Amino acid sequence: MKQLNRAYGSLHAVHQISLDIPSNTIYGIIGKSGAGKSTLVRLISLLERPDSGEIYYDDARVDNLPKHDLIKQRRKIGMIFQNFNLFSSRNAAQNIAYPLEIAGVPKHEIDTRVEELLGLVGLSGRGNAPISTLSGGQMQRVAIARALANHPDILFCDEATSALDPQTTRSILGLLKDLQKNLNLSVVMITHQMEVVRDTCEYVAVLDNGSVVEEGAVIDVFTAPGSATTKEFLANLTPLTEPEEVRKDDMVRWSDEGGRFTLRFRGDLTGEPVLSRIQKKYDVEFNIRAGGVQRVSGEDVGTLICDIIGEPDEVDKAVSALHLSGILVEEEDL
Amino acid sequence: MNMLFTLVWSATAETLAMVFASTLFSLILGLPLGILLCITGPEAQGGIIPKPLLNNVLGRVVNILRSFPFIILMILLFPLSRIIVGTSIGTTATIVPLSIAAAPFVARIIETAIKEVDPGVIQAARAMGSTTMQIILKVLIPEAMPSLVSGITLTIINLIGYSAMAGAIGGGGLGDLAIRYGYQRFRPDVMLVSVIVILVLVEVVQVIGNKISARMMARR
Repeated sequence: MKQLNRAYGSLHAVHQISLDIPSNTIYGIIGKSGAGKSTLVRLISLLERPDSGEIYYDDARVDNLPKHDLIKQRRKIGMIFQNFNLFSSRNAAQNIAYPLEIAGVPKHEIDTRVEELLGLVGLSGRGNAPISTLSGGQMQRVAIARALANHPDILFCDEATSALDPQTTRSILGLLKDLQKNLNLSVVMITHQMEVVRDTCEYVAVLDNGSVVEEGAVIDVFTAPGSATTKEFLANLTPLTEPEEVRKDDMVRWSDEGGRFTLRFRGDLTGEPVLSRIQKKYDVEFNIRAGGVQRVSGEDVGTLICDIIGEPDEVDKAVSALHLSGILVEEEDL
Repeated sequence: MNMLFTLVWSATAETLAMVFASTLFSLILGLPLGILLCITGPEAQGGIIPKPLLNNVLGRVVNILRSFPFIILMILLFPLSRIIVGTSIGTTATIVPLSIAAAPFVARIIETAIKEVDPGVIQAARAMGSTTMQIILKVLIPEAMPSLVSGITLTIINLIGYSAMAGAIGGGGLGDLAIRYGYQRFRPDVMLVSVIVILVLVEVVQVIGNKISARMMARR
């Protein structure tokens, strides 16, 4: 979809970022506050011009458009925001009509399109409602309808669910997923919530300090996080239970010698008795400290934190066997 | 008694005409100026086309005009009144200095009202591909409307006060009546009635303005 490469500002809010965002997917951009997410989205949504670098939509360069073309191009992208940014002087239907009005669409066409859009976001019949009477979730639905009014190919979501409660967040994310599929949209989600990426995105880029530290399919990034920032995000996400009781036998003593391992299983592996098979084959024992299963873009991912106890070379063999059976093993130095 | 009524009645009509016309002209001058002041200002305060130099110069001019004492400004503008309406005394002539005195005041009030518009909403409008003109007409003005109405109410009230002052130098209207009859001809009854009518006018304008503004807010 686009390929952008740029340094920006004396602050380097966004520093030499190159991303290739595939069309027709939901692409997540995650980062902590101050990581450069907002600047990045303002750049790729053409609200700001980069100091250097280039932005392409498909094959057309868009970062250096003259003013007139820039305005035209902006009408072909949709954008929703954390604070909804609806017009309080207009009711729901009039908000949705705004992008059509400014594009000079005839009045009767606007009316039909607005009805259609209200239905699309599940707000049929609420067109006359003043904005202040709507709930947060309804406001974001109006904002989504407004963003989609001009049939855009790209939808930017700037922290679109950050101001919503978890339940509403899920319903908005569900809506976005459906819309993406049905309308063949390319959705770019900027967020600081790993849950949002896990539940909706196919691809993700992790941003830190204005640079991309990791990028790839969500399932890969989740199962084999390569950067400290990603791991941090995942740690906050994975509600790993602490060991409730440590067995008071010889194992405790042994665990000082064994490394501390984090095993990540994906997909079908979740159901297989890999551990016991390995335990039989090699002279090792697993002391499981914590574990859990999560759904990441429709796939189950299991996480186990455990010690592997045994002679060092047996442990090494067991780890390679784990790798061979498709389990990702991270070893932490104690 | 009958003569008093006729005097006050015609003076009130003059005042209303002066206030109405000068409100209209000060809005025609002040509204674009206020919008320009806001949109050329810093981006964080709703400046959609930041132009620091122009903004600075405009701001200074507005401040100088606003700090001018009204009576002095009116005397200075006598020649201009003569050019525009052919005379420098009377109701029609007073409309010129009144409008010019109120215009910078209106500009500041409009600027303040528009600055209150949520920058996020302006950003959304820009992201949707609005032209600068579309943002002004379809976003800034409608969004700021309740504050604009309050500001215009304040302007009208100020102009009622100014128009009374203009009476001191041959302006016509209730102020003129109060000075010529009440003060110079020792008619305290005329003075009293003129003042009461002015108070009532101010009160009525304030109540109506508040009502309109509140109604707009209620519909949001």
